[in-house]
Amino acid sequence: MRRVLALLALLLPTLVAAQVYSFDDPAQEARFRSLGQELRCLVCQGQSIADSNAELAQDLKREVYRMIREGRSDQEIKDFMVARYGDYVLLTPPMKSSTYLLWFGPFVLLAIGLAALLVVIKRRPAKSGISAEERERARELLGRDVQEHD
Amino acid sequence: MRRAIILIPLVVFVALAVLLAVGLTRNPAEVPSPLIGKPAPQFRVPTLADPERTIGNEDLKGQVTLVNVWASWCVACRDEHPVLMELAARKVAPIVGLDYKDAREDGLAWLSRFGNPYQQIAYDRDGRVGLDWGVYGVPETFVLDRHGVIRYKHIGPITRQTVQETLLPLIERLKQEN
Repeated sequence: MRRVLALLALLLPTLVAAQVYSFDDPAQEARFRSLGQELRCLVCQGQSIADSNAELAQDLKREVYRMIREGRSDQEIKDFMVARYGDYVLLTPPMKSSTYLLWFGPFVLLAIGLAALLVVIKRRPAKSGISAEERERARELLGRDVQEHD
Repeated sequence: MRRAIILIPLVVFVALAVLLAVGLTRNPAEVPSPLIGKPAPQFRVPTLADPERTIGNEDLKGQVTLVNVWASWCVACRDEHPVLMELAARKVAPIVGLDYKDAREDGLAWLSRFGNPYQQIAYDRDGRVGLDWGVYGVPETFVLDRHGVIRYKHIGPITRQTVQETLLPLIERLKQEN
């Protein structure tokens, strides 16, 4: 029993840290959740702000919450974040000229690989059957029971 | 001709290796700020010392200014502090502090204990100004030109090396501009 209590006590800070947001309707809450997943916490860079309890992530979540309550669109909220923290705040990089390499690079490499493979296969000398002379010689060497096939 | 074709994979490999090597040596904690080259975001907040007085963008205009974001709870700010004191003593440019998400008395106590390198200090109790300025890790230091445009941002504590190699030359250059 004591152990269980001790474990619960250890969990307590995480429970306290999780802030509760209330919404007018489930749609707003769903938007809050999906936006939280799309925005990067810049302190703990591998995490989204929804997954992080870092101070900055909490601030950004509060901002997202405020803007959703104010009736701003998802795009407006993302633009707000990008204006302050740059494209890096978005976990999905935007498609633009500076990110074409990022988006299409792997497919370009794949295409180059396939092209190289095709060239190599085409260049390989065609499989040639053995001549009648060679077959005769093989028969002599191996004995009578060599079947004829190409 | 055949030779050249055989060399292609090697060339591609070397190019990729160089690209990745450069990528590995960069500091991922330093996110380029989209605010470089833009006017400093609007703000007006009370000063740290006197809640009755306020400070805003107009106070940062007219000369090349450093804006240093700090807090009494920020451990790295302690490391940076002596460097700021030295820089302030050189009087090359005023240093304006932004006390970020701090308790007023803690901020003031910190300054009286370690010394105050700041000409003025804005008090950003709830971090709203920091948010608008894209602050995500204190300390951060912005260099503003005389028109109040952000020209450079340093994330993390500034060191003597940063001062010598980056800040001083930049301040000199910005002072030459009109």
